[in-house]
Amino acid sequence: MGAGKYIKDVWGAVRSLLKGMRRTGYYFTHHKEIITQQYPDNRETLNLPERFKGEVVMPHNENNEHRCTGCQACELACPNGTIKVIFKNELTPEGKKKKAIDKLVYHLELCTMCNLCIEACPSDAIKMAQTFEHSVFDRNKLIKILNNPGSKIMEGVE
Amino acid sequence: MWSFSHIANEIHEWLSANFNPTWTLIIEMVIAGVAVIGLFAILGLILVIMERKVSAWMQIRLGPNRVGPKGMLQSLADTIKLIVKEGLTPAGADKLLFNLAPFVAIIVAMLLMAPIAFAGNFQLWDLNIGVLYVSAISSLSVISILMAGWASNNKYSLLGAVRSGAQIVSYELSAGLSVLAVVVLTGSLQVSEIVESQRYGWWLFKGHIPALIAFVTFIIAVTAETNRAPFDMAEAESELTAGFHTEYSGMKFALFFLAEYVNVFIVCAIGATLFLGGPMPLHIGQWEGFNHAMDYIPSSLWFFGKTFFLIFLIMWFRWTFPRLRIDQLLNLEWKYLLPISMINLLLVTLMAILGWHF
Repeated sequence: MGAGKYIKDVWGAVRSLLKGMRRTGYYFTHHKEIITQQYPDNRETLNLPERFKGEVVMPHNENNEHRCTGCQACELACPNGTIKVIFKNELTPEGKKKKAIDKLVYHLELCTMCNLCIEACPSDAIKMAQTFEHSVFDRNKLIKILNNPGSKIMEGVE
Repeated sequence: MWSFSHIANEIHEWLSANFNPTWTLIIEMVIAGVAVIGLFAILGLILVIMERKVSAWMQIRLGPNRVGPKGMLQSLADTIKLIVKEGLTPAGADKLLFNLAPFVAIIVAMLLMAPIAFAGNFQLWDLNIGVLYVSAISSLSVISILMAGWASNNKYSLLGAVRSGAQIVSYELSAGLSVLAVVVLTGSLQVSEIVESQRYGWWLFKGHIPALIAFVTFIIAVTAETNRAPFDMAEAESELTAGFHTEYSGMKFALFFLAEYVNVFIVCAIGATLFLGGPMPLHIGQWEGFNHAMDYIPSSLWFFGKTFFLIFLIMWFRWTFPRLRIDQLLNLEWKYLLPISMINLLLVTLMAILGWHF
């Protein structure tokens, strides 16, 4: 190791360490940067980041219609079998049989919030909600049916 | 004037008037012991809450803010928790060594208090080899860590203790050499004389760049000697659970914890005494008015202000830098700090001989 490299090493080390200390010194003196959320206290004004993922939900419009075609892409995409799609046969006005979802069962207790089902969905039927207070006293309450009772598929979604 | 040295003299005179010399000495020793233990307790409480608040603000967090006003009583609550907890001794442990180790740690820290000048003319023991005494005693702290690690009968503890041994033995060298720089400039090992030599300017400023280099090496080396991050190889939470104190609980753990913080205070106090003039006020050259104004601030305030500034500096390191690996740690000492401080000592000696300092 040459003397030049040695001095350069020491100089570089001191400079980068001082740079780090400048950053933390800045945080130390600027308390407005603090990101801590004092959760139970600020429950009303909780400010969650946009990407926060709490649970999978299926949005319905005002006519109780959803966008799920029952293609099972989410079920296949899920790495740990969180979603199960159960079908029923519906009769169209023309008298033809049509496959539709009966229940979309979602096991919250198995879900890791990986977002793969939402990315797999071709018709944007499901999305991630920001609710996160999921604790219940009975494990069965974590098994959720995402489509509302009596809901239908929206017109025009194939 | 209500100064520490004044109060100490008053007590001494009152005792001498009422008791014979032997009893005076004994009572004074008891008072000194109680004062040191009291200082320990207060330092422990203050430094723990300070560390938690500083670390929180540096990591953009809030830190403890529930117990007491702004969370300032958090460390008191923690202490009560530790006191009521059971001090468990593991079945496979070496009982005597295991229970002795925390006390060795705290006794070493207590011994180090002796030569520190807390205020002008206020020292427990102004021995003529004060600096040598400090560097000799501070190296004993490794024994308590080795005892704890060995007696715990636990792989993590032993690994932490062995690492700590390697680390403290190495870093003592550069700490000693940087202390020597000031000893060379002063020409004395006595703490009171070192303080007195800085009446008209601190060595950090009087000694030019070599003193600055010695100061930086000293701070790095003592951070390593007190086993604090970025050199906390002995504890290394992410690798060794808690290193040498993995098996300790309750008050025995608290003693290790307290000893760590008191050691931090002591090394910072020594750094402040050697480089920043200890209880001496800040004087700038010929500015008479400024110097007079500085003289009005009590010497104990100067001492504690400087010490806490250095403690803050060490905390700043801790919460900024990542931990070094054991080989990087020894590389830093043997390849960088030791050669640099040796050359620096030569420079300082040259400076002292030629009288280049003010």
